[in-house]
Amino acid sequence: MEKFEILKSTAVPLPIENIDTDQIIPARFLKAVDRNGFGENLFRDWRYDQEGKQKMDFVLNSTVLNGKILVAGANFGCGSSREHAAWALVDYGFKVIVSSYFADIFKSNALNNGLLPVTVSKSYLAEVFQTIGENPNTKFEVDLESQTFVNIKKEATFSFEIDPYKKMCLLNAYDDIDFLISQKEEIEKFEERDCKVVSVK
Amino acid sequence: MGKTLFDKIWEAHVVKQIEGGREIFYIDKHFIHEVTSPQAFNGLRRRSLPVLRPSQTVATADHNVPTINQHLPIIEPLSKLQVDTLIKNCADFGVELYGLGHENQGIVHVIGPELGLTQPGMTIVCGDSHTSTHGAFGCIAFGIGTSQVEQVLATQCLLQMKPKKMRINLDGELDKGVLSKDLILYLLSKLGTGGATGHFIEYAGSAISALSMEARMTVCNMSIELGARGGMIAPDEKTFEYIKGRTFSPSGSAFHEAVEKWKNLFSDEDAEFDKEYSFDANEIEPMLTYGTNPGMGIKVTELVPSQSDHENESSFKKALEYMGLKPGQNLSEMQIEHVFIGSCTNSRIEDLRLVAEFVKGKKVAAHVKASIVPGSKRVEQQAIKEGIAEITKAAGFEFRQPGCSACLGMNDDKVPAGNYCVSTSNRNFEGRQGPGARTILVSPLTAASCAIEGKIVDVRKFL
Repeated sequence: MEKFEILKSTAVPLPIENIDTDQIIPARFLKAVDRNGFGENLFRDWRYDQEGKQKMDFVLNSTVLNGKILVAGANFGCGSSREHAAWALVDYGFKVIVSSYFADIFKSNALNNGLLPVTVSKSYLAEVFQTIGENPNTKFEVDLESQTFVNIKKEATFSFEIDPYKKMCLLNAYDDIDFLISQKEEIEKFEERDCKVVSVK
Repeated sequence: MGKTLFDKIWEAHVVKQIEGGREIFYIDKHFIHEVTSPQAFNGLRRRSLPVLRPSQTVATADHNVPTINQHLPIIEPLSKLQVDTLIKNCADFGVELYGLGHENQGIVHVIGPELGLTQPGMTIVCGDSHTSTHGAFGCIAFGIGTSQVEQVLATQCLLQMKPKKMRINLDGELDKGVLSKDLILYLLSKLGTGGATGHFIEYAGSAISALSMEARMTVCNMSIELGARGGMIAPDEKTFEYIKGRTFSPSGSAFHEAVEKWKNLFSDEDAEFDKEYSFDANEIEPMLTYGTNPGMGIKVTELVPSQSDHENESSFKKALEYMGLKPGQNLSEMQIEHVFIGSCTNSRIEDLRLVAEFVKGKKVAAHVKASIVPGSKRVEQQAIKEGIAEITKAAGFEFRQPGCSACLGMNDDKVPAGNYCVSTSNRNFEGRQGPGARTILVSPLTAASCAIEGKIVDVRKFL
């Protein structure tokens, strides 16, 4: 994982709602035993036809639209818990996903891979889509430290929320696992508890 | 203020609160499988860490396994690599594996409950979103990503923000021919596929209490399709009866002591929920989906709507186009090509009994390819013993071996592009059952009746 720095980039619009992780990375591409190379098959069935030819009407094949920010419709990342979806987006080169809300497991997976999910209001999202539609070269600025997403053309800033712990992790490229391992003593102490609900050993 | 069932179990598993609202959350039981675990084990190796509590970890091979000739080596090289990697990882790290050929093998959310590994009051995770299934026993059970699988393997804990709480009350009675699958598809049609995002659901009410344990698992299983972190049902006598005598259930006096503890697992009368909904079970009919997410569902007597409450216009249009359907279309009598009975939603023995009873002495329509994939080796063996395998084969079904199969099309069990598949699984996403495949989600009874008729029908006409 890399430290999250201030990002200035054009954005790729995908104004479809409820994009599930089967679209982000279809199950037949989950057969790898490592984390690399999933970007090749990102949005596979929207990007390529069954003969493997590019579908030119899909935004990732556009010669005009590109960037490190993906802007998507509501409930992005619903469905399967596959972290391969986050790996594929990161491997392809995305750093930020913007939507009006994210599915819970996807959001957690994204954060664990240095991919920042930015939740904006429905109306702000609509405006972002409109701005990109008017000018695909519009740049957006994402500043995690100040928790702002700026539509530079419209001078419209959205202050997004993120929990302070995850923010600290992204800014410093820390993993949850390092923190949890440091808590081993506490965890072992907890295991000796007299559990009121149920005991598992 | 009283506590919810969810609060009671959650609070009993918080090791420590940390700044910013996160909590170190203890996991009692960790299920793993071949697809979402290899990268987690690689992480342990990189850090030279052991699995902290192998005795609380159970593995099986389900997502990527063939459902015929399981006694032979796996032909597909990448699938074989994943299954072999799981075998090696479990051996290296001392984790119990119910692999292909083992009598306990099966879909992870089928074997947990049937082996008595799933018990009330537990916290359970797995790198699979349908882990919510186990909530039927009064557990906090939810799906996690692979980084989190690694965290649980290494520390038996996760860093969690406590989700919000939702209760869905269902009173009344389900009509004949209406199953718990219809109940959850009905809730999905009402609340949409993001309707419970950020929440943990408790299902309550007389229509829920009336369900068998296996029917309750179907409801909790699809909580994730509502966007919920998980779903749960307070344990009762049915729960205790189901658990009694299973391989890993407590026995003798330990069982009675456990039951006394489990009896405290309910939401107090004055407990508060962040959101609460109530529905009338009498309103529910056999359901089917027409779109490309499980929230796009209708009663079998309804027409495809002309717009959706849950999707914007372009997403709605895109879904109908993929499905080859039109707004206002009547799906009744529409020809179908495939029927799939299986998945962690509906592949248990009760599901197969219902199907067998319905198709006994009948024949699957000549143009339909119908298959049954039992949820586990034990379900398969029971189905053979009860004559279910024979009855369904005589009716023209293929009776295959356990695995996730055509629910997600990772193995060879795929539906060809453009074909309609009436399926008891949980997701009708684009390409879920194979590129271009068109999935219609239904109950096992509806699936059985559609297989026989070769088209979409209202199962109640045949009961």
